[in-house]
Amino acid sequence: MIRLTIDDRPVEVPEGRTLLEACREFGFSIPTLCYHPALKPYGACRLCMVEVARDAAAPRIVAACVYPCEEGISVRTETEAVRRSRRLTAELLLAGAFNTPEIQALAEQLGVREVRFRLPEENDCVLCGLCVRACSEIVGVSAISLIERGMAKKVSAPFKVASSRCIGCGTCVLICPTGAFPFEQVAGTHNIEPTPEGYRRGYYRVGSELDFQPGFVQDVSALLRSQPGPVDEKG
Amino acid sequence: MMRIQSAAELEALQSTASTARDANKPRLRVCDGTGCRALGSHAVLQKLISEIQTAGLAASVEIVGTGCPGFCECGPLITIDPQHIFYQKVSPQDVPEIVRQTVAEGKVIERLLYQDPKTGDMIHHEAELPFYQNQKRLVLSLNGQIDPTKIEDYLAWGGYGAMAKVLTGLTPEQAIDEVKRSGLRGRGGAGFRTGIKWELCRNNVLKQGDGTIICNADEGDPGAFMDRSVLEGNPHSVIEGMIVGGYAMGIQRGIVYVRAEYPLAIENLSLAIKQARQAGLLGKNILDSGFDFDLAIRLGAGAFVCGEETALISSIEGRIGEPRPRPPYPAEEGLWGKPTNINNVKSWASIPLILKHGADWYAGIGTEKSKGTMIFSIVGKIHNTGLVEVPMGVTLRQLIFDIGGGIPNQKAFKAAQIGGPSGGCIPREHLDVTIDYESLTSLGAIVGSGGLVVADEDTCIVDFARYFMSFTQQESCGKCVPCRIGTRAMLATLERICAGQGEPGDLEYLQEMGEHVKRSSLCGLGQTSPNPVLSTIRYFRDEYEAHIHEKRCPSHVCKALITYTINPEKCNGCTVCAKNCTSSAIVGVRGEPYVIQEEMCTRCGVCFSLCHFDAIRVE
Repeated sequence: MIRLTIDDRPVEVPEGRTLLEACREFGFSIPTLCYHPALKPYGACRLCMVEVARDAAAPRIVAACVYPCEEGISVRTETEAVRRSRRLTAELLLAGAFNTPEIQALAEQLGVREVRFRLPEENDCVLCGLCVRACSEIVGVSAISLIERGMAKKVSAPFKVASSRCIGCGTCVLICPTGAFPFEQVAGTHNIEPTPEGYRRGYYRVGSELDFQPGFVQDVSALLRSQPGPVDEKG
Repeated sequence: MMRIQSAAELEALQSTASTARDANKPRLRVCDGTGCRALGSHAVLQKLISEIQTAGLAASVEIVGTGCPGFCECGPLITIDPQHIFYQKVSPQDVPEIVRQTVAEGKVIERLLYQDPKTGDMIHHEAELPFYQNQKRLVLSLNGQIDPTKIEDYLAWGGYGAMAKVLTGLTPEQAIDEVKRSGLRGRGGAGFRTGIKWELCRNNVLKQGDGTIICNADEGDPGAFMDRSVLEGNPHSVIEGMIVGGYAMGIQRGIVYVRAEYPLAIENLSLAIKQARQAGLLGKNILDSGFDFDLAIRLGAGAFVCGEETALISSIEGRIGEPRPRPPYPAEEGLWGKPTNINNVKSWASIPLILKHGADWYAGIGTEKSKGTMIFSIVGKIHNTGLVEVPMGVTLRQLIFDIGGGIPNQKAFKAAQIGGPSGGCIPREHLDVTIDYESLTSLGAIVGSGGLVVADEDTCIVDFARYFMSFTQQESCGKCVPCRIGTRAMLATLERICAGQGEPGDLEYLQEMGEHVKRSSLCGLGQTSPNPVLSTIRYFRDEYEAHIHEKRCPSHVCKALITYTINPEKCNGCTVCAKNCTSSAIVGVRGEPYVIQEEMCTRCGVCFSLCHFDAIRVE
């Protein structure tokens, strides 16, 4: 067992726990966005920051979801530095998702009073990566992924082509914390009606620029075959 | 080359290669690195080969295409041995004369010599160049000497001797101890102690039985070409360092992760690996020591973030180049989940030197806490753009004024951005700071991987910071919120300030957000990206304030904040400005003072640079 203190309260946890798990187990509340107990921690939203101090060293703030519990450390979940960090991160989230109710509620809860910067384009998707990780870790198909980098980053199927790996389970829709995957939007592009062969394979239009109809293309190789090749000049 | 079976055979080969290198034999060394190639050195080299052949000197004169010797400002460069006559800015047209006069008759061609701008003296010999005076070239010592495509050249200078010494004479623990005692700190930027890193990795390899060592050659800072030049000019030194590292950590597999934008580095390194393999210096049972080690190259697609070690590992594994939180550190759980050691090119290339000359020798160079030498690529507003290697502890002033030759066009030094886009800006009042990890950190900069960009009085510091911010913002991987959106918010603020739309509170916002991005970002890229902004606010607050409150750019750079006018007392109506104005904004009658119509002026500055009579004013 590992012994540490959380907000001055001594606690004991089994080896291998993260700070977030320990905090929640003992009833300390920590806000999160990209964390899900069924998935591996990702450390991207930076809302779960807590202050960690060891001995006399100056405390530093770390992401609780990925930081392992260590013997003898003292964790603080509600210092001014922690609150400021969470507030500023929530303010940044609002910069890109100003009208997203879930983010508005989160920002409100974390004390954001003003939004000093707004991105030119809004998006309900805050790139928490839950859909991508659920598709890979829970469903086991990796039909969607995060592509590009920086501000251009988005959730998409490989090569921006509707993935033939998608089984139409809807996990991505259900796990999305902001409703960036409206079920109606993706439902139109796949077919979950039982057929004589069982469930037909469907396609989510996740991030795809191509609007495929159900059954239009059975897999990527068929799509590639259907593309016109180089034209022989002699006809 | 035949397979080398033992340390004794290697020694024999080294001595044969060394003897074959007759110091009195005429040799022409031509820089064939990327910098000089861009200035046409490859054509000079080709011309030289054909002229020497025509003159019937091919048997008696050796021509060597070398890696970058560092004095990029004056390329293409040729050094003629045995006299070490140094010619600069050589063009293919100069080659016949060089062969006729200097090679055949030993006469010096004055016109091709370097003139010391301070004394006016013509410098005849390479070693006398002021540029090299205060340098201590260890890692770069063979750049400019050897042909990087020939393993024999490296062997002739004792190459692979350190490896032989370690493999046949030291235990892995002794090798690690030597690196620890040398005080070498990682040259990639963070400055972690290399020996300790090796020890941590070795302990994990012993537990898990397997691991990988990686050479990080994903250099991507604006204006940096240190790693590139080492790989291009002396790839065997990196290979040798990695073999030693592999032996010390008990690892048989190495990977060099190099960006695909470095074609010559990749070419020379691939060739060097092939040669080392043929010589039995890579592969099974190296020098009959029982130790196996081999190297592979992985190309990066040019994402700056992939220089961050966990993102680099992701990229090698075929996943998107995104960092992941540490711990676990790569030494515990790295490539394919196995212990992994990652060092920068310059760190690996320092290893053979340390083991050849001993830890005490290396620890004798530099300062108390920062040992050895550091390579900088000096660029920007500086006379001698180039690649320099100095002992830790020299001052910034020595680096910029003695070695770098100072600022061109009689301009004043304003600031130096040290450590690339992750580093900080050091102003004039701190020119005497010594270059070492602690001193630079205390000023808000870092040694970093060795990028050094110099700004003069004509550089707008807000624009300068904006440039670095735009770089890191574009290179952010986008995984974590503070880096993805925080850097964007900071950049937008800086852009507003430069556009004359700065508002009270902007500086406070930049500082608050800068501190936030630093503290809460996931990886080193985000954690250091606000440094250029924070350090320039620290030292040049007045310039920011002039932009925000007075809507004035003191350096006359930010277009929205300047106006061009013509001084009627100085203008004689020569019409040059009006003819060249890109937006036809200048009107008037020949022989009488002209006028700039402000609403049409795009502030391109062409009139200012063309006026012979100093009649254009910028305010």
